[in-house]
Amino acid sequence: MGDFFHPIRLEPDKCAGRMRCLRACPTEAIRVRNGKAAIVEDRCIDCGECARACPSAAIIPQTSSFTDFARFKYTIALPSPALYGQFRRDVLPRTILAGLRRIGFDDACDVACASEAASIAIDEYLGHYQGPLPLLSPFCPTIVRLVQARFPNLIDQFIPIDSPMEIAAREAKRKKTKELGLRREEIGVIYLTPCPPKMVAIKHPPRKRISHIDGAIAISDIYFPLLAAIAEAGNDQPENGEPVRGIGLGWPVLGGQVSSLRAESSLAVGGLGDVERIFEEIENGKLGDVQFVECHACPQGCCGGSLTVENPYFARGKILNLVARFGGTPCQDREKIRELYQKNYFSLPGRIPSRPFSPLDKDIARAIEKRHLIQKTYETLPKIDCAACGSPNCKAFAEDVVLERAALEQCVVLVAERHRSGAGACGIPAETAQEAVARQERTA
Amino acid sequence: MPGEPLFCQRFEVAGRDFVNAGRASTTIKSILRDVGVPPALIRRAAIAAYEAEMNVVLYARKGTMELRVSPKDVQIRVQDEGDGIADIALAMQEGFSTASEEIRELGFGAGMGLPNIRKNADVFHIDSAVGKGTTLEITIRV
Repeated sequence: MGDFFHPIRLEPDKCAGRMRCLRACPTEAIRVRNGKAAIVEDRCIDCGECARACPSAAIIPQTSSFTDFARFKYTIALPSPALYGQFRRDVLPRTILAGLRRIGFDDACDVACASEAASIAIDEYLGHYQGPLPLLSPFCPTIVRLVQARFPNLIDQFIPIDSPMEIAAREAKRKKTKELGLRREEIGVIYLTPCPPKMVAIKHPPRKRISHIDGAIAISDIYFPLLAAIAEAGNDQPENGEPVRGIGLGWPVLGGQVSSLRAESSLAVGGLGDVERIFEEIENGKLGDVQFVECHACPQGCCGGSLTVENPYFARGKILNLVARFGGTPCQDREKIRELYQKNYFSLPGRIPSRPFSPLDKDIARAIEKRHLIQKTYETLPKIDCAACGSPNCKAFAEDVVLERAALEQCVVLVAERHRSGAGACGIPAETAQEAVARQERTA
Repeated sequence: MPGEPLFCQRFEVAGRDFVNAGRASTTIKSILRDVGVPPALIRRAAIAAYEAEMNVVLYARKGTMELRVSPKDVQIRVQDEGDGIADIALAMQEGFSTASEEIRELGFGAGMGLPNIRKNADVFHIDSAVGKGTTLEITIRV
Protein backbone atom coordinates (compact mmCIF):
# COMPACT_ATOMS: atom_id res chain seq x y z
CA MET A 1 0.00 0.00 0.00
CA GLY A 2 1.20 3.53 0.60
CA ASP A 3 0.51 4.45 -2.99
CA PHE A 4 -2.77 6.20 -2.23
CA PHE A 5 -3.28 9.87 -2.72
CA HIS A 6 -3.75 11.80 0.50
CA PRO A 7 -5.09 15.35 0.44
CA ILE A 8 -2.84 16.45 3.29
CA ARG A 9 0.93 16.55 3.56
CA LEU A 10 3.04 16.72 6.67
CA GLU A 11 6.10 18.96 6.52
CA PRO A 12 8.67 17.56 8.97
CA ASP A 13 10.65 20.83 9.01
CA LYS A 14 7.69 22.69 10.45
CA CYS A 15 6.70 19.96 12.91
CA ALA A 16 7.55 20.92 16.49
CA GLY A 17 6.60 17.49 17.83
CA ARG A 18 3.81 18.78 20.06
CA MET A 19 1.69 15.69 19.54
CA ARG A 20 -1.67 17.39 19.17
CA CYS A 21 -2.22 15.55 15.89
CA LEU A 22 -1.39 12.26 17.58
CA ARG A 23 -4.30 12.68 19.97
CA ALA A 24 -6.67 14.14 17.39
CA CYS A 25 -6.35 11.33 14.84
CA PRO A 26 -9.44 9.08 15.00
CA THR A 27 -7.79 6.11 13.30
CA GLU A 28 -4.48 6.12 15.22
CA ALA A 29 -2.63 6.88 11.99
CA ILE A 30 0.02 9.17 13.48
CA ARG A 31 3.22 8.38 15.35
CA VAL A 32 5.74 10.81 16.74
CA ARG A 33 9.27 9.47 16.58
CA ASN A 34 12.38 11.48 17.41
CA GLY A 35 10.26 14.55 17.93
CA LYS A 36 8.61 14.51 14.50
CA ALA A 37 5.13 13.38 13.54
CA ALA A 38 4.66 10.93 10.68
CA ILE A 39 1.47 9.65 9.07
CA VAL A 40 0.97 5.90 8.72
CA GLU A 41 -0.33 6.16 5.18
CA ASP A 42 -2.60 3.15 4.95
CA ARG A 43 -4.39 3.97 8.21
CA CYS A 44 -5.17 7.56 7.19
CA ILE A 45 -8.77 8.24 6.13
CA ASP A 46 -8.09 11.87 5.11
CA CYS A 47 -10.37 13.47 7.70
CA GLY A 48 -8.01 16.40 8.31
CA GLU A 49 -8.40 16.41 12.11
CA CYS A 50 -4.59 16.47 12.41
CA ALA A 51 -4.34 19.62 10.29
CA ARG A 52 -7.00 21.27 12.43
CA ALA A 53 -5.14 20.34 15.62
CA CYS A 54 -1.59 21.22 14.53
CA PRO A 55 -0.30 24.32 16.37
CA SER A 56 2.62 24.71 13.93
CA ALA A 57 0.73 24.60 10.62
CA ALA A 58 2.92 21.67 9.61
CA ILE A 59 0.08 19.68 8.08
CA ILE A 60 -0.87 21.23 4.80
CA PRO A 61 -3.99 20.56 2.74
CA GLN A 62 -3.14 19.61 -0.82
CA THR A 63 -5.65 21.89 -2.52
CA SER A 64 -5.06 23.85 -5.71
CA SER A 65 -4.07 27.49 -6.04
CA PHE A 66 -5.25 30.13 -8.52
CA THR A 67 -2.19 29.77 -10.72
CA ASP A 68 -2.98 26.10 -11.38
CA PHE A 69 -5.82 27.24 -13.62
CA ALA A 70 -3.92 29.59 -15.95
CA ARG A 71 -4.05 26.94 -18.67
CA PHE A 72 -7.80 27.28 -19.11
CA LYS A 73 -9.45 29.75 -21.47
CA TYR A 74 -12.48 30.03 -19.24
CA THR A 75 -12.85 29.31 -15.53
CA ILE A 76 -15.99 28.48 -13.60
CA ALA A 77 -16.07 28.57 -9.81
CA LEU A 78 -18.30 25.96 -8.24
CA PRO A 79 -18.56 26.80 -4.55
CA SER A 80 -19.66 24.16 -2.09
CA PRO A 81 -22.95 25.53 -0.70
CA ALA A 82 -21.10 25.53 2.65
CA LEU A 83 -19.65 28.84 1.39
CA TYR A 84 -23.10 30.44 1.72
CA GLY A 85 -22.86 29.99 5.48
CA GLN A 86 -19.59 31.89 5.80
CA PHE A 87 -20.94 35.46 5.58
CA ARG A 88 -23.36 37.74 7.42
CA ARG A 89 -27.07 37.00 7.10
CA ASP A 90 -27.75 39.77 4.59
CA VAL A 91 -25.12 38.47 2.17
CA LEU A 92 -27.17 36.24 -0.11
CA PRO A 93 -25.87 33.39 -2.28
CA ARG A 94 -26.28 35.33 -5.52
CA THR A 95 -24.16 38.15 -4.05
CA ILE A 96 -21.48 35.60 -3.17
CA LEU A 97 -21.55 34.17 -6.71
CA ALA A 98 -21.25 37.71 -8.10
CA GLY A 99 -18.31 38.30 -5.75
CA LEU A 100 -16.55 35.24 -7.17
CA ARG A 101 -16.92 36.70 -10.67
CA ARG A 102 -15.36 39.93 -9.41
CA ILE A 103 -12.27 38.23 -8.00
CA GLY A 104 -11.31 36.69 -11.30
CA PHE A 105 -13.44 33.66 -12.17
CA ASP A 106 -15.16 34.03 -15.53
CA ASP A 107 -18.29 32.57 -14.04
CA ALA A 108 -19.60 31.11 -10.79
CA CYS A 109 -22.42 28.55 -10.59
CA ASP A 110 -24.61 27.43 -7.74
CA VAL A 111 -24.34 23.82 -6.51
CA ALA A 112 -27.36 23.80 -4.15
CA CYS A 113 -29.66 23.37 -7.12
CA ALA A 114 -27.75 20.20 -8.08
CA SER A 115 -28.23 19.01 -4.48
CA GLU A 116 -31.97 19.26 -5.06
CA ALA A 117 -31.58 17.15 -8.21
CA ALA A 118 -29.54 14.61 -6.22
CA SER A 119 -32.20 14.42 -3.52
CA ILE A 120 -34.91 13.73 -6.12
CA ALA A 121 -32.69 11.02 -7.63
CA ILE A 122 -32.17 9.51 -4.15
CA ASP A 123 -35.96 9.50 -3.61
CA GLU A 124 -36.31 7.55 -6.84
CA TYR A 125 -33.54 5.14 -5.91
CA LEU A 126 -35.00 4.50 -2.44
CA GLY A 127 -38.41 3.92 -3.98
CA HIS A 128 -37.17 1.04 -6.13
CA TYR A 129 -34.44 -0.43 -3.94
CA GLN A 130 -34.87 -3.99 -2.64
CA GLY A 131 -31.50 -4.83 -1.02
CA PRO A 132 -30.25 -4.61 2.56
CA LEU A 133 -31.03 -1.46 4.53
CA PRO A 134 -30.14 1.18 5.53
CA LEU A 135 -28.61 2.85 2.50
CA LEU A 136 -25.79 5.30 3.19
CA SER A 137 -25.07 8.72 1.73
CA PRO A 138 -21.82 8.60 -0.26
CA PHE A 139 -21.00 12.31 -0.37
CA CYS A 140 -18.45 12.61 2.45
CA PRO A 141 -15.18 11.15 1.09
CA THR A 142 -13.86 10.50 4.59
CA ILE A 143 -16.91 8.39 5.39
CA VAL A 144 -16.41 6.43 2.16
CA ARG A 145 -12.79 5.82 3.12
CA LEU A 146 -13.84 4.81 6.66
CA VAL A 147 -16.22 2.20 5.27
CA GLN A 148 -13.61 0.94 2.80
CA ALA A 149 -11.21 0.44 5.69
CA ARG A 150 -13.32 -0.60 8.65
CA PHE A 151 -16.75 -1.66 7.41
CA PRO A 152 -16.17 -3.38 4.05
CA ASN A 153 -19.42 -5.32 4.57
CA LEU A 154 -21.35 -2.06 4.18
CA ILE A 155 -19.75 -0.85 0.94
CA ASP A 156 -22.65 -1.92 -1.25
CA GLN A 157 -25.02 0.11 0.91
CA PHE A 158 -23.68 3.41 -0.44
CA ILE A 159 -26.24 4.96 -2.78
CA PRO A 160 -24.75 4.97 -6.30
CA ILE A 161 -25.96 8.49 -7.09
CA ASP A 162 -23.54 11.14 -8.28
CA SER A 163 -22.55 13.99 -5.95
CA PRO A 164 -24.06 17.47 -6.37
CA MET A 165 -20.62 18.90 -7.19
CA GLU A 166 -20.23 16.47 -10.10
CA ILE A 167 -23.78 17.01 -11.33
CA ALA A 168 -23.25 20.79 -11.24
CA ALA A 169 -19.83 20.55 -12.92
CA ARG A 170 -21.16 18.40 -15.75
CA GLU A 171 -24.06 20.82 -16.33
CA ALA A 172 -21.76 23.86 -16.24
CA LYS A 173 -19.35 22.36 -18.76
CA ARG A 174 -22.17 21.25 -21.05
CA LYS A 175 -23.75 24.71 -21.03
CA LYS A 176 -20.55 26.65 -21.50
CA THR A 177 -19.11 24.55 -24.32
CA LYS A 178 -22.31 25.25 -26.23
CA GLU A 179 -22.57 28.90 -25.29
CA LEU A 180 -18.92 29.82 -25.91
CA GLY A 181 -17.96 27.33 -28.60
CA LEU A 182 -15.05 26.12 -26.47
CA ARG A 183 -13.81 22.56 -26.07
CA ARG A 184 -14.41 20.87 -22.71
CA GLU A 185 -10.72 20.87 -21.86
CA GLU A 186 -10.54 24.62 -22.41
CA ILE A 187 -13.02 25.21 -19.59
CA GLY A 188 -11.72 24.83 -16.06
CA VAL A 189 -14.27 23.97 -13.36
CA ILE A 190 -12.91 24.77 -9.92
CA TYR A 191 -14.60 23.54 -6.79
CA LEU A 192 -14.39 25.72 -3.69
CA THR A 193 -14.00 23.13 -1.02
CA PRO A 194 -14.82 23.09 2.71
CA CYS A 195 -12.38 20.22 3.40
CA PRO A 196 -9.28 18.49 1.96
CA PRO A 197 -10.89 15.07 1.31
CA LYS A 198 -13.01 16.45 -1.54
CA MET A 199 -9.69 16.48 -3.42
CA VAL A 200 -9.74 12.68 -3.21
CA ALA A 201 -13.22 12.57 -4.74
CA ILE A 202 -11.94 14.75 -7.58
CA LYS A 203 -8.44 13.38 -8.18
CA HIS A 204 -8.81 9.73 -7.16
CA PRO A 205 -12.50 8.84 -6.89
CA PRO A 206 -13.03 5.36 -5.42
CA ARG A 207 -15.18 4.29 -8.37
CA LYS A 208 -12.38 5.03 -10.84
CA ARG A 209 -14.40 7.48 -12.87
CA ILE A 210 -13.16 10.71 -14.35
CA SER A 211 -14.27 13.82 -12.51
CA HIS A 212 -15.75 16.80 -14.33
CA ILE A 213 -13.91 19.04 -11.88
CA ASP A 214 -10.40 20.25 -12.62
CA GLY A 215 -9.25 21.18 -9.14
CA ALA A 216 -10.33 22.58 -5.80
CA ILE A 217 -9.42 25.73 -3.90
CA ALA A 218 -9.88 25.89 -0.13
CA ILE A 219 -12.72 28.12 1.04
CA SER A 220 -10.25 29.51 3.59
CA ASP A 221 -7.86 30.53 0.78
CA ILE A 222 -10.53 32.46 -1.08
CA TYR A 223 -12.38 33.91 1.88
CA PHE A 224 -10.63 37.24 2.37
CA PRO A 225 -10.42 38.35 -1.27
CA LEU A 226 -14.05 37.33 -1.64
CA LEU A 227 -15.10 39.21 1.47
CA ALA A 228 -13.43 42.34 0.12
CA ALA A 229 -15.08 41.95 -3.31
CA ILE A 230 -18.50 41.54 -1.70
CA ALA A 231 -18.01 44.60 0.50
CA GLU A 232 -16.87 46.63 -2.50
CA ALA A 233 -19.85 45.65 -4.63
CA GLY A 234 -22.31 46.60 -1.91
CA ASN A 235 -25.30 44.65 -0.85
CA ASP A 236 -27.65 42.48 -2.81
CA GLN A 237 -28.04 43.70 -6.38
CA PRO A 238 -30.89 42.51 -8.61
CA GLU A 239 -28.52 42.33 -11.59
CA ASN A 240 -26.73 39.49 -9.79
CA GLY A 241 -29.38 37.17 -11.18
CA GLU A 242 -32.16 35.04 -9.78
CA PRO A 243 -31.94 34.26 -6.07
CA VAL A 244 -30.50 30.85 -5.34
CA ARG A 245 -33.36 28.73 -4.02
CA GLY A 246 -34.55 25.24 -3.26
CA ILE A 247 -34.27 22.59 -0.58
CA GLY A 248 -30.69 21.82 -1.66
CA LEU A 249 -29.58 24.94 0.23
CA GLY A 250 -29.80 22.89 3.42
CA TRP A 251 -27.34 20.17 2.33
CA PRO A 252 -24.25 21.69 4.02
CA VAL A 253 -25.73 21.23 7.49
CA LEU A 254 -26.22 17.95 9.31
CA GLY A 255 -29.74 16.77 8.53
CA GLY A 256 -29.99 18.76 5.31
CA GLN A 257 -29.97 15.68 3.10
CA VAL A 258 -32.54 13.90 5.23
CA SER A 259 -34.93 16.85 5.26
CA SER A 260 -34.74 17.15 1.47
CA LEU A 261 -35.96 13.56 1.03
CA ARG A 262 -39.39 12.00 1.04
CA ALA A 263 -38.14 8.86 2.82
CA GLU A 264 -40.18 8.24 5.93
CA SER A 265 -37.45 6.62 7.94
CA SER A 266 -34.02 8.19 7.83
CA LEU A 267 -31.27 9.32 10.12
CA ALA A 268 -28.53 11.98 10.06
CA VAL A 269 -25.23 11.35 11.87
CA GLY A 270 -22.25 13.68 12.19
CA GLY A 271 -18.80 13.22 13.73
CA LEU A 272 -16.59 10.20 13.10
CA GLY A 273 -17.10 8.65 16.54
CA ASP A 274 -20.87 8.62 16.31
CA VAL A 275 -20.81 7.55 12.67
CA GLU A 276 -18.62 4.60 13.63
CA ARG A 277 -21.01 3.64 16.42
CA ILE A 278 -23.94 3.73 14.00
CA PHE A 279 -22.01 1.63 11.47
CA GLU A 280 -21.20 -0.90 14.20
CA GLU A 281 -24.92 -1.22 14.87
CA ILE A 282 -25.69 -1.65 11.19
CA GLU A 283 -23.02 -4.33 10.97
CA ASN A 284 -24.59 -6.05 13.99
CA GLY A 285 -27.77 -6.37 11.96
CA LYS A 286 -29.61 -3.44 13.54
CA LEU A 287 -31.30 -0.42 11.89
CA GLY A 288 -32.73 -2.58 9.11
CA ASP A 289 -35.92 -0.53 9.36
CA VAL A 290 -34.10 2.72 8.50
CA GLN A 291 -34.06 3.53 4.79
CA PHE A 292 -31.34 6.12 4.60
CA VAL A 293 -28.48 7.33 6.77
CA GLU A 294 -26.93 10.69 6.03
CA CYS A 295 -23.38 10.58 7.38
CA HIS A 296 -20.68 13.23 7.75
CA ALA A 297 -17.22 13.07 9.25
CA CYS A 298 -17.69 16.61 10.57
CA PRO A 299 -20.15 16.92 13.46
CA GLN A 300 -22.02 19.83 11.87
CA GLY A 301 -21.78 18.61 8.30
CA CYS A 302 -19.86 20.37 5.51
CA CYS A 303 -20.55 23.86 6.91
CA GLY A 304 -18.05 22.97 9.65
CA GLY A 305 -15.38 21.51 7.33
CA SER A 306 -11.74 22.01 8.28
CA LEU A 307 -11.19 24.53 5.46
CA THR A 308 -14.08 26.78 6.39
CA VAL A 309 -13.58 30.02 8.28
CA GLU A 310 -16.69 30.73 10.32
CA ASN A 311 -17.69 29.08 13.55
CA PRO A 312 -19.67 25.98 12.46
CA TYR A 313 -22.64 26.90 14.64
CA PHE A 314 -22.84 30.36 13.13
CA ALA A 315 -22.56 28.82 9.66
CA ARG A 316 -25.31 26.37 10.52
CA GLY A 317 -27.59 29.20 11.65
CA LYS A 318 -26.94 31.10 8.44
CA ILE A 319 -27.69 28.07 6.26
CA LEU A 320 -30.90 27.30 8.18
CA ASN A 321 -31.95 30.92 7.73
CA LEU A 322 -31.42 30.60 3.96
CA VAL A 323 -33.46 27.40 3.91
CA ALA A 324 -36.28 29.14 5.79
CA ARG A 325 -36.27 32.02 3.31
CA PHE A 326 -35.52 30.34 -0.01
CA GLY A 327 -35.79 26.59 0.57
CA GLY A 328 -39.50 26.29 -0.06
CA THR A 329 -39.44 27.16 -3.76
CA PRO A 330 -38.09 24.28 -5.87
CA CYS A 331 -35.40 25.04 -8.45
CA GLN A 332 -35.82 21.71 -10.23
CA ASP A 333 -38.71 20.18 -12.11
CA ARG A 334 -39.24 16.85 -10.33
CA GLU A 335 -40.66 15.17 -13.44
CA LYS A 336 -37.70 16.21 -15.54
CA ILE A 337 -35.23 14.91 -12.95
CA ARG A 338 -37.19 11.65 -12.82
CA GLU A 339 -36.85 11.25 -16.57
CA LEU A 340 -33.10 11.92 -16.36
CA TYR A 341 -32.89 9.42 -13.50
CA GLN A 342 -34.57 6.78 -15.69
CA LYS A 343 -31.86 7.42 -18.30
CA ASN A 344 -29.20 6.78 -15.62
CA TYR A 345 -28.03 10.36 -15.77
CA PHE A 346 -27.26 10.41 -12.03
CA SER A 347 -26.20 6.84 -11.43
CA LEU A 348 -22.62 5.79 -10.80
CA PRO A 349 -21.42 2.56 -12.36
CA GLY A 350 -18.81 0.29 -10.83
CA ARG A 351 -18.15 -0.85 -7.31
CA ILE A 352 -16.26 0.87 -4.51
CA PRO A 353 -13.37 -1.46 -3.62
CA SER A 354 -12.58 -2.27 0.00
CA ARG A 355 -9.26 -1.00 1.36
CA PRO A 356 -8.89 -2.55 4.80
CA PHE A 357 -6.18 -1.54 7.25
CA SER A 358 -3.43 -4.14 7.13
CA PRO A 359 -3.84 -7.00 9.63
CA LEU A 360 -1.01 -7.65 12.10
CA ASP A 361 0.41 -10.27 9.77
CA LYS A 362 -0.57 -11.69 6.40
CA ASP A 363 -0.38 -15.14 7.94
CA ILE A 364 -3.34 -15.58 10.28
CA ALA A 365 -1.50 -17.91 12.68
CA ARG A 366 1.28 -15.38 13.12
CA ALA A 367 -1.27 -12.55 13.40
CA ILE A 368 -3.00 -14.42 16.24
CA GLU A 369 0.34 -14.88 18.02
CA LYS A 370 1.09 -11.19 17.64
CA ARG A 371 -2.36 -10.19 18.88
CA HIS A 372 -1.81 -12.40 21.92
CA LEU A 373 1.56 -10.81 22.61
CA ILE A 374 0.07 -7.32 22.15
CA GLN A 375 -2.56 -8.10 24.77
CA LYS A 376 0.08 -9.37 27.20
CA THR A 377 2.31 -6.37 26.54
CA TYR A 378 -0.64 -4.02 27.00
CA GLU A 379 -1.27 -5.51 30.42
CA THR A 380 2.26 -4.50 31.52
CA LEU A 381 1.69 -0.87 30.47
CA PRO A 382 0.31 1.93 32.69
CA LYS A 383 -2.89 2.21 30.54
CA ILE A 384 -3.11 5.95 31.06
CA ASP A 385 -2.78 6.74 27.35
CA CYS A 386 -0.44 9.66 27.98
CA ALA A 387 1.03 9.27 24.47
CA ALA A 388 4.43 10.53 25.62
CA CYS A 389 5.97 7.49 23.92
CA GLY A 390 4.84 8.86 20.56
CA SER A 391 2.08 6.31 20.02
CA PRO A 392 -1.46 7.57 20.52
CA ASN A 393 -2.37 5.27 23.43
CA CYS A 394 -1.08 2.28 25.41
CA LYS A 395 -2.84 -0.23 23.17
CA ALA A 396 -1.30 1.24 20.01
CA PHE A 397 2.07 1.38 21.79
CA ALA A 398 1.83 -2.31 22.68
CA GLU A 399 1.16 -3.01 19.01
CA ASP A 400 4.11 -0.86 17.93
CA VAL A 401 6.41 -2.68 20.37
CA VAL A 402 5.33 -6.12 19.17
CA LEU A 403 5.63 -5.08 15.53
CA GLU A 404 9.08 -3.64 16.37
CA ARG A 405 8.17 -0.10 15.47
CA ALA A 406 8.86 1.12 19.00
CA ALA A 407 10.92 -0.02 21.97
CA LEU A 408 9.43 -0.67 25.39
CA GLU A 409 11.77 1.83 27.07
CA GLN A 410 10.01 4.63 25.20
CA CYS A 411 7.32 4.32 27.89
CA VAL A 412 8.31 7.05 30.33
CA VAL A 413 6.07 5.67 33.06
CA LEU A 414 7.66 2.21 32.96
CA VAL A 415 11.12 3.70 32.91
CA ALA A 416 10.33 5.94 35.86
CA GLU A 417 8.91 3.01 37.82
CA ARG A 418 11.96 0.88 37.20
CA HIS A 419 14.20 3.77 38.09
CA ARG A 420 12.38 4.18 41.39
CA SER A 421 12.59 0.48 42.16
CA GLY A 422 16.33 0.71 41.73
CA ALA A 423 16.73 -1.03 38.43
CA GLY A 424 19.64 1.26 37.66
CA ALA A 425 19.64 4.96 37.09
CA CYS A 426 21.43 4.84 33.82
CA GLY A 427 21.52 2.32 31.10
CA ILE A 428 18.22 0.53 31.54
CA PRO A 429 18.68 -2.75 29.71
CA ALA A 430 16.59 -2.98 26.59
CA GLU A 431 13.82 -5.46 27.19
CA THR A 432 11.77 -7.14 24.52
CA ALA A 433 8.00 -7.45 24.78
CA GLN A 434 8.42 -11.16 25.53
CA GLU A 435 10.87 -10.48 28.37
CA ALA A 436 8.63 -7.80 29.85
CA VAL A 437 5.65 -10.13 29.83
CA ALA A 438 7.72 -12.90 31.39
CA ARG A 439 8.98 -10.53 34.11
CA GLN A 440 5.45 -9.36 34.83
CA GLU A 441 4.25 -12.95 35.08
CA ARG A 442 7.09 -13.85 37.47
CA THR A 443 6.16 -11.04 39.83
CA ALA A 444 2.41 -11.72 39.62
CA MET B 1 -3.39 -29.30 20.44
CA PRO B 2 -0.14 -27.93 21.79
CA GLY B 3 1.57 -25.18 19.92
CA GLU B 4 -1.44 -24.04 17.94
CA PRO B 5 -1.60 -20.25 18.06
CA LEU B 6 -4.51 -19.13 20.07
CA PHE B 7 -5.89 -15.83 21.21
CA CYS B 8 -8.24 -15.81 24.17
CA GLN B 9 -10.03 -13.00 25.87
CA ARG B 10 -12.78 -12.96 28.45
CA PHE B 11 -15.41 -10.26 28.78
CA GLU B 12 -17.77 -9.59 31.66
CA VAL B 13 -21.27 -8.57 30.65
CA ALA B 14 -23.61 -6.94 33.15
CA GLY B 15 -27.36 -7.51 32.93
CA ARG B 16 -29.47 -4.40 32.30
CA ASP B 17 -26.40 -2.29 31.58
CA PHE B 18 -27.62 -0.64 28.41
CA VAL B 19 -24.87 1.98 28.43
CA ASN B 20 -22.14 -0.58 27.89
CA ALA B 21 -24.24 -3.08 25.95
CA GLY B 22 -22.48 -4.11 22.76
CA ARG B 23 -18.94 -3.25 23.91
CA ALA B 24 -17.77 -6.84 24.10
CA SER B 25 -18.95 -7.58 20.56
CA THR B 26 -17.32 -4.39 19.29
CA THR B 27 -14.01 -5.41 20.85
CA ILE B 28 -14.38 -8.93 19.46
CA LYS B 29 -14.90 -7.46 16.02
CA SER B 30 -11.79 -5.32 16.27
CA ILE B 31 -9.70 -8.30 17.39
CA LEU B 32 -10.91 -10.31 14.39
CA ARG B 33 -10.00 -7.40 12.10
CA ASP B 34 -6.52 -7.20 13.68
CA VAL B 35 -5.79 -10.83 12.95
CA GLY B 36 -7.13 -10.63 9.41
CA VAL B 37 -10.28 -12.77 9.55
CA PRO B 38 -12.15 -12.22 6.23
CA PRO B 39 -14.84 -9.46 6.44
CA ALA B 40 -17.78 -11.75 5.64
CA LEU B 41 -16.87 -14.01 8.58
CA ILE B 42 -16.33 -11.00 10.82
CA ARG B 43 -19.84 -9.90 10.03
CA ARG B 44 -21.30 -13.28 10.94
CA ALA B 45 -19.27 -13.41 14.14
CA ALA B 46 -20.29 -9.84 14.96
CA ILE B 47 -23.99 -10.53 14.56
CA ALA B 48 -23.80 -13.74 16.60
CA ALA B 49 -21.70 -12.09 19.33
CA TYR B 50 -23.94 -9.05 19.50
CA GLU B 51 -27.17 -11.03 19.74
CA ALA B 52 -25.64 -13.24 22.42
CA GLU B 53 -24.35 -10.24 24.36
CA MET B 54 -27.74 -8.56 24.16
CA ASN B 55 -29.41 -11.71 25.47
CA VAL B 56 -27.24 -11.46 28.57
CA VAL B 57 -27.96 -7.74 28.96
CA LEU B 58 -31.70 -8.18 28.46
CA TYR B 59 -32.45 -11.40 30.33
CA ALA B 60 -29.66 -12.29 32.77
CA ARG B 61 -28.15 -10.82 35.91
CA LYS B 62 -24.68 -11.12 34.49
CA GLY B 63 -22.58 -13.25 32.24
CA THR B 64 -19.23 -13.79 30.59
CA MET B 65 -18.18 -14.04 26.97
CA GLU B 66 -15.05 -15.95 26.07
CA LEU B 67 -13.46 -15.45 22.71
CA ARG B 68 -11.01 -18.00 21.32
CA VAL B 69 -9.43 -17.35 17.96
CA SER B 70 -7.32 -19.97 16.20
CA PRO B 71 -6.25 -20.13 12.56
CA LYS B 72 -9.08 -22.64 12.04
CA ASP B 73 -12.00 -21.08 13.83
CA VAL B 74 -13.49 -18.38 15.98
CA GLN B 75 -15.25 -19.64 19.10
CA ILE B 76 -17.43 -17.58 21.35
CA ARG B 77 -18.72 -19.11 24.56
CA VAL B 78 -21.35 -17.17 26.42
CA GLN B 79 -22.32 -18.19 29.90
CA ASP B 80 -24.92 -16.32 31.89
CA GLU B 81 -26.48 -16.33 35.30
CA GLY B 82 -30.12 -15.90 34.48
CA ASP B 83 -33.47 -17.61 34.71
CA GLY B 84 -32.55 -20.19 32.11
CA ILE B 85 -34.75 -21.39 29.27
CA ALA B 86 -37.50 -23.90 30.05
CA ASP B 87 -38.14 -25.09 26.49
CA ILE B 88 -35.07 -24.71 24.27
CA ALA B 89 -36.81 -26.00 21.14
CA LEU B 90 -39.50 -23.37 21.54
CA ALA B 91 -36.93 -20.63 22.22
CA MET B 92 -35.13 -21.52 19.02
CA GLN B 93 -38.25 -20.79 16.95
CA GLU B 94 -38.30 -17.53 15.04
CA GLY B 95 -40.65 -15.04 16.61
CA PHE B 96 -40.84 -16.71 20.00
CA SER B 97 -39.89 -14.39 22.83
CA THR B 98 -40.45 -14.03 26.55
CA ALA B 99 -39.48 -10.36 26.45
CA SER B 100 -41.37 -7.94 28.66
CA GLU B 101 -43.19 -4.93 27.28
CA GLU B 102 -40.32 -2.81 28.56
CA ILE B 103 -37.75 -4.73 26.52
CA ARG B 104 -39.95 -4.56 23.42
CA GLU B 105 -40.16 -0.80 23.89
CA LEU B 106 -36.39 -0.72 23.41
CA GLY B 107 -36.71 -2.44 20.06
CA PHE B 108 -35.66 -5.89 21.23
CA GLY B 109 -37.61 -9.05 21.94
CA ALA B 110 -38.64 -9.86 18.37
CA GLY B 111 -37.76 -13.49 18.95
CA MET B 112 -34.98 -13.46 16.38
CA GLY B 113 -31.93 -13.50 18.65
CA LEU B 114 -31.26 -17.21 19.07
CA PRO B 115 -32.35 -18.18 15.52
CA ASN B 116 -30.09 -15.44 14.21
CA ILE B 117 -27.13 -16.73 16.21
CA ARG B 118 -27.70 -20.24 14.89
CA LYS B 119 -28.02 -18.94 11.34
CA ASN B 120 -24.67 -17.18 11.54
CA ALA B 121 -22.76 -19.95 13.31
CA ASP B 122 -21.20 -23.01 11.68
CA VAL B 123 -21.59 -24.93 14.91
CA PHE B 124 -24.02 -23.91 17.64
CA HIS B 125 -24.69 -25.47 21.01
CA ILE B 126 -27.11 -24.29 23.62
CA ASP B 127 -27.48 -25.59 27.10
CA SER B 128 -29.76 -24.20 29.77
CA ALA B 129 -30.99 -24.98 33.25
CA VAL B 130 -34.00 -23.23 34.70
CA GLY B 131 -33.01 -21.06 37.63
CA LYS B 132 -29.29 -21.36 36.86
CA GLY B 133 -28.51 -19.93 33.49
CA THR B 134 -27.73 -20.52 29.86
CA THR B 135 -24.57 -21.41 27.98
CA LEU B 136 -24.08 -20.84 24.25
CA GLU B 137 -21.20 -22.12 22.18
CA ILE B 138 -20.78 -20.49 18.83
CA THR B 139 -18.19 -21.59 16.30
CA ILE B 140 -17.41 -19.92 13.01
CA ARG B 141 -14.89 -21.68 10.80
CA VAL B 142 -12.20 -19.57 9.20
